[in-house]
Amino acid sequence: MAIETQPQFHVLAVDDSVLDRKLIERLLKTSSYQVTTLDSGTKALEFLGIQDENSENAVSVSPHHQVNLYISFFRKKTQIVLLFCNLMVLIGFTILCCFQEVEVNLIITDYCMPGITGYDLLKKVKESSSLRDIPVVIMSSENIPSRISRCMEEGADEFFLKPVQLSDVSRLKPHILKKSVKCQDENQNQNKSVTTISSPTNNVSGNKRKATDEGICSERIRPRYSAGPVTIV
Amino acid sequence: MDVSMLQRTYTDLLTSLFREGILNQQFIELQQLQDENNPGFVNEVVSLFFEDAGRLITELISNFNQQAVDYKKVDAYVHQLKGSSASIGAEKIRSVCQTFREYYDKNDIQGCYNCIQPLKQEFMTFKSKLEALFALEQQIVAAGGSIPMMRH
Repeated sequence: MAIETQPQFHVLAVDDSVLDRKLIERLLKTSSYQVTTLDSGTKALEFLGIQDENSENAVSVSPHHQVNLYISFFRKKTQIVLLFCNLMVLIGFTILCCFQEVEVNLIITDYCMPGITGYDLLKKVKESSSLRDIPVVIMSSENIPSRISRCMEEGADEFFLKPVQLSDVSRLKPHILKKSVKCQDENQNQNKSVTTISSPTNNVSGNKRKATDEGICSERIRPRYSAGPVTIV
Repeated sequence: MDVSMLQRTYTDLLTSLFREGILNQQFIELQQLQDENNPGFVNEVVSLFFEDAGRLITELISNFNQQAVDYKKVDAYVHQLKGSSASIGAEKIRSVCQTFREYYDKNDIQGCYNCIQPLKQEFMTFKSKLEALFALEQQIVAAGGSIPMMRH
């Protein structure tokens, strides 16, 4: 990977659909962004260095003491292994940081994903003191007003209706620049970003699907068979 | 074959795909993302769709053939297929998916069921037309010509 002489903004794109990942990657690269694509919210949290409490202890309840002992033995082993792996990753990441700035200037994520949704990811980012200033954009194939307002209230900077187009991507730069100015000024900026919703020109106006959703996506049954879900270029 | 003849055939085929509603504007958006640095982008994305959609439709049909159909699961498949088809501009497929979901919302099982065959049919048509389109592209390039761009 060549070291860029001109600063390029780095966007983290998260989508469980391999097709949509390909598309958003191309859209972003065409617009001169450096792109990392990930296929899940969990991986995004790991990449950003946010702990996911849910991944840690799947407690299995057993009436038998013996079984409990085995479980806690294996859990300890697993924890040790995990700790070791985490240490390795941390060391690797630190080394990487010494040679290269790994900075995320914007996160763009699909709303509906199995496991950690885009909304969950948005929340986690906004709850993190180190990451809350990173602009977050949500993408969704469904035009559900309650979903949109929920995301904007949680701190999303934009909500894009899929399929995302070049004209949408052209709206990202001001959010990135605004955040970098904010950091420089040691912010007195209290304003929330303007709520903007984009509609693709070919979106059929007859999408009359009931707005039943309060953040619950339909069950996702997409096998993970994409080769190399993480691409850093 | 004459390059300009190939190009004319290509343009005619592409125009007809739009006229018949098989493709929509999103396809042109994809073509605009293709350039000399990414010459195979559209082909790549459409191939991904063939795989993805093919798998989803197979799952759909197999689910419908079960004794007890899991409609929630079926709806989830259709939701994914709708998203993918919208992403590449496969308008007819997207439209049938939408119709399916409208029936699903109304708990109209027969309506849902009636969408499955058309969905399969539209996918087969889409696949064969796009394969013909890509074959023409290859022939044009092999003959030293450039692929005509559509403006919509």
